[in-house]
Amino acid sequence: MELAYALIIGTLTASGIYLVLRARTFPVVVGLTLLSYGVNLFLFATGRLATGGQPIIGSTEQYADPLPQALVLTAIVIGFAMTAFVVVLALRNQADNEDDHVDGRKREIHTDIEEKEESGR
Amino acid sequence: MNHWLTAPILIPLLGGIIQIFIGYAPISLRRTLALATTVLLLASTIALLALANDGNYRVYAFGNWVPPFGIVLVLDRLAALMLLMTAVLAFFAHLYAIHRADESSRQFHALFLFQLMGLNIAFLTGDLFNLFVAFEVLLIASYGLLMQGSGTERTVPSLHYVVLNLVGSSLFLISVGMIYSVTGTLNMADLAAKVPLVSPEDQPLLQAGGLILLVVFGLKAAILPLCFWLPRAYGNATAPVAALFAVMTKVGFYAIVRVFTLIFGPNAGPLANLGLDWLFVLALATLAMGVIGALGARNLRTLITWQVIISVGTLLAAIGLGTEEGTSAALFYMLNTTWIVGGLFLVVDLVAGQRGSAADRIVTAPKMHNRTFLSVLFLLGAVAAVGLPPLSGFFAKLLILQSATPGPQMGWLWSVLIGGSFFTLIAYSRAGSIVFWRTVEGHISKPAPLTKPVTVAASGLIGMAIAIVLLAGPISAYVDATAAQLFNTSEYLNVLNIPVVAEGL
Repeated sequence: MELAYALIIGTLTASGIYLVLRARTFPVVVGLTLLSYGVNLFLFATGRLATGGQPIIGSTEQYADPLPQALVLTAIVIGFAMTAFVVVLALRNQADNEDDHVDGRKREIHTDIEEKEESGR
Repeated sequence: MNHWLTAPILIPLLGGIIQIFIGYAPISLRRTLALATTVLLLASTIALLALANDGNYRVYAFGNWVPPFGIVLVLDRLAALMLLMTAVLAFFAHLYAIHRADESSRQFHALFLFQLMGLNIAFLTGDLFNLFVAFEVLLIASYGLLMQGSGTERTVPSLHYVVLNLVGSSLFLISVGMIYSVTGTLNMADLAAKVPLVSPEDQPLLQAGGLILLVVFGLKAAILPLCFWLPRAYGNATAPVAALFAVMTKVGFYAIVRVFTLIFGPNAGPLANLGLDWLFVLALATLAMGVIGALGARNLRTLITWQVIISVGTLLAAIGLGTEEGTSAALFYMLNTTWIVGGLFLVVDLVAGQRGSAADRIVTAPKMHNRTFLSVLFLLGAVAAVGLPPLSGFFAKLLILQSATPGPQMGWLWSVLIGGSFFTLIAYSRAGSIVFWRTVEGHISKPAPLTKPVTVAASGLIGMAIAIVLLAGPISAYVDATAAQLFNTSEYLNVLNIPVVAEGL
């Protein structure tokens, strides 16, 4: 079980990092989501993996640590809210710049300063 | 157990909730309530500072759960100092926002107060996971604040800022998980007790966890390889938001000081002073990078954002010495730099408002309407930021220089800090002389008027440079005591033994 679990976390994290490094906002958002899945599973495993264990010491042979579960729950809620926000921000980026490149319009990267000087503020 | 510890969290929380519900009330009512909240917060932090000044630890345990199991708030001298510094900065930034930034958005005051709440939780908490939650609270409010104002130029920097911080949060969770899996606790006092006792085969895991934590805090504090998001994000925020954000890098600094003196500090057994050598080198490189950025700045706003990075480098270099004197000097410098950088953001915005289309770019423009007043403010701010006598920056940098003990570290610190200050001076004098002294013919049709709140806010923050000098004795006594308290980590462990049931309740 440990090996399969570790491989899943590794795959999720690696895919997440690969996607976060892409240049379009959509893959980046998906990458952040995958990364947070990997992190949540990782956090869950920090209390050690146990099947059929109860979160009360002494009730069963194997003890399931309840604290990582509480941590994961908090992390899921926060991660979900942040993903929602970054989706909205990505949409706004596309609307403002008519392009879903993470740096806005490609043209803008080189002419950022000149453009600002032309238009003033 | 002391219930007053929750005041700096509850006051902005309640004030923020009220702001959400009265979003359509007359703007004067919303402003009055919002400012009243900030003033109350300031009063409560002064009270807490007076409380913490006796050197004892005050604990508040949520739900009366005994410390290693429940979440605790811990007030010590450092937390009280951070709270007061933030509240003073927030008061002036909030005052500045009245009649300017708050007109474009109904959510401004609520977001501003929630940001303060997140900051205050981060400073008060005695639990590593709660610190993560506090970071998220202050970050999500900061995402909203960063987007304030009209125009589309903020979208891309905000996107970068949000994505970077989300990756940072993932790393934070990974490191917290690693530390928990080895020690079985996340309470800072309990961690400090358990880290020296970790078995040798678990140490590498704990070490990796601790170093990832340093990366996360380094991202928040904007240390060199992780600092390039800052100039664009801060440079595009509205002035009061940028001024408040002057304290955001200090949250990273605070977390580094707290975690790497208490948990991975000198008493951490085999993991003592984890990452400290790296920190010193990276801090000096950050300082140098900030100076290069400041020299290359094409507008005043960018110049000040690089000043933020310079101050982060200076602060962490002093912490990287790993001595009590260095920490004390860093805390003194922190007060100076946070307020002055915040004030400079406000002054630069006032200058930009009087220069028409030239705005804050370092080019010649028609003469400003209130040139004398603004130039004096800018001069005072620049002198304090660079560290020339007679203002506070000079004494702060002098303390940092004095705190180095003779050796190779001293050589590096002195040369980079003094050389950096010299080039920063060049950057400021170039910017100031072009903006204020060289003028061209013509006049600005509608200069932004200097209303009373903005004038008070900007000059109040810059005036802190003089106030710090006048109060240098008490302040340096306080920061000395703070550093002594920080390095006496065994006292902090008593947090675990403090009776949590409040008497008489």
